[in-house]
Amino acid sequence: MPRAAKVVMTGEQLQRTVTRIAHEILEKNTGDERLAIVGIHTRGALLAQRLHAILQGIATREVPLGELDISFYRDDVAARGAYGVVPATPNPVVKSTDLPFAVDGATVVLVDDVLYTGRTIRAAIDALFDYGRPGRVQLAALVDRGHRELPIRPDYIGKNLPTAQRERIEVHLTEVDGVDEVVLKSPAEEE
Amino acid sequence: MAKRDLLSIDDLTRAEAELVLDTAESFLPVLQRDIKKVPTLRGRTIINMFYESSTRTLTSFELAAKRLSADTMNVRASGSAVDKGESLKDTILTLSAYQPDIIVMRHPQIGACRLASRYTTASVINAGDGKFQHPSQALLDLFTMRQALGKALDGLKVWIVGDILHSRVARSDIAAFQLLGMDVTVAGPPPLIPRDVETLGVSVEHDLDRLKEADVVYLLRMQMERMQEGANFIPSLREYSALYGMTLERLRPGQKVMHPGPINRGIEISSAIADHPDTLILEQVESGLAVRMAILYRTIVGYDERSASERGAA
Repeated sequence: MPRAAKVVMTGEQLQRTVTRIAHEILEKNTGDERLAIVGIHTRGALLAQRLHAILQGIATREVPLGELDISFYRDDVAARGAYGVVPATPNPVVKSTDLPFAVDGATVVLVDDVLYTGRTIRAAIDALFDYGRPGRVQLAALVDRGHRELPIRPDYIGKNLPTAQRERIEVHLTEVDGVDEVVLKSPAEEE
Repeated sequence: MAKRDLLSIDDLTRAEAELVLDTAESFLPVLQRDIKKVPTLRGRTIINMFYESSTRTLTSFELAAKRLSADTMNVRASGSAVDKGESLKDTILTLSAYQPDIIVMRHPQIGACRLASRYTTASVINAGDGKFQHPSQALLDLFTMRQALGKALDGLKVWIVGDILHSRVARSDIAAFQLLGMDVTVAGPPPLIPRDVETLGVSVEHDLDRLKEADVVYLLRMQMERMQEGANFIPSLREYSALYGMTLERLRPGQKVMHPGPINRGIEISSAIADHPDTLILEQVESGLAVRMAILYRTIVGYDERSASERGAA
């Protein structure tokens, strides 16, 4: 199916947005000594790395960086269905989870690229709690495209982007896609 | 999509086998944390049907299912309706009424798992059928090798030493080792080497003179329970041990030693080798849990590496 693609955030805008979110995180958690940044694989983890790099420069304290793979916490695996059904947004090759700090009592900022149904975040919170009991959990997303299916709300948003459900949002990052940009793809006109 | 069984190593492509191994690796950190459980298979039912005695395979499949939050039931032949004369078909039909997602089955008869699969909508995982196949053992052996020797196993030389004839582990391992590009030699007394084993693409040795060339020495025990009564496969265990037992003198430094267990110290393996740092026997047991979690996970989630959207577009 051909799709019309539109760049909704350029590389420069993306970098500025990440910088702004980093500052907002510090502002909101002034004086919090137990702040940690945790990215959700794959692109959330890359965004978390960028946030972490910026925080290194502007924070007066060390902010640990972690990454979380939520494959084993997905709700579409546990749901009974036909055999061999791959989850709607699968990530069959599981990445690593690494939380190099004590989760108990920490203020954890979860980072993801696109906030959509909220199911990924639900899974991430569940995964996080299997490592300990964080004091607070906050959520940062580069793009909020709406259509939530769970009562989940971001604390830091790069860009609100109202979309139709048949449209797709793709966040491209230099590390894996060779370019920094956010693209909105709509089904072709003739459809 | 049809249900997915794991009846034999031959059911797997190299990519699928490697996907299971990669998945197993990602379960290792889960097994290290305080909460050693993930909710992945919550609400799923897994039945372990064991018609033959087993400690490590049964316990590790059971624990693997529990670590994935599945509900498990163990059915053993003794003390069940099997004792009352129920046929395999009827037992499978009865248990299938509980709508299990997976049946893990061990049976003394070759092909029993394949037969069982016909009568149930559950996926059947072969946990050992007669002297035919034991795929989960072969996968955990591959996993242990990758952990000890690195991911690229291509070109490694493995010697499987002992009772090849009665060993389902040997059959599965030969296929699995070759699937990942290894060079397999089987060694043992002539009566315990199956005829025409060369057709599987393995080399055959009847002594251990060239054992030093092996990167991995894989020992098998004498399967006395499968040897026909009165048949003289070996003159005596003492003679077997002298000719084929793994000892410190036979070990080349750096060579890894593996054994599916249970081991018989002083027969196929000397005590010094069993406790040697280059011996991976306990690592094999440890790998078993992560690998069986990966097998159960892939049975439900699928082996397809392409994303759903790609498949939808196709």
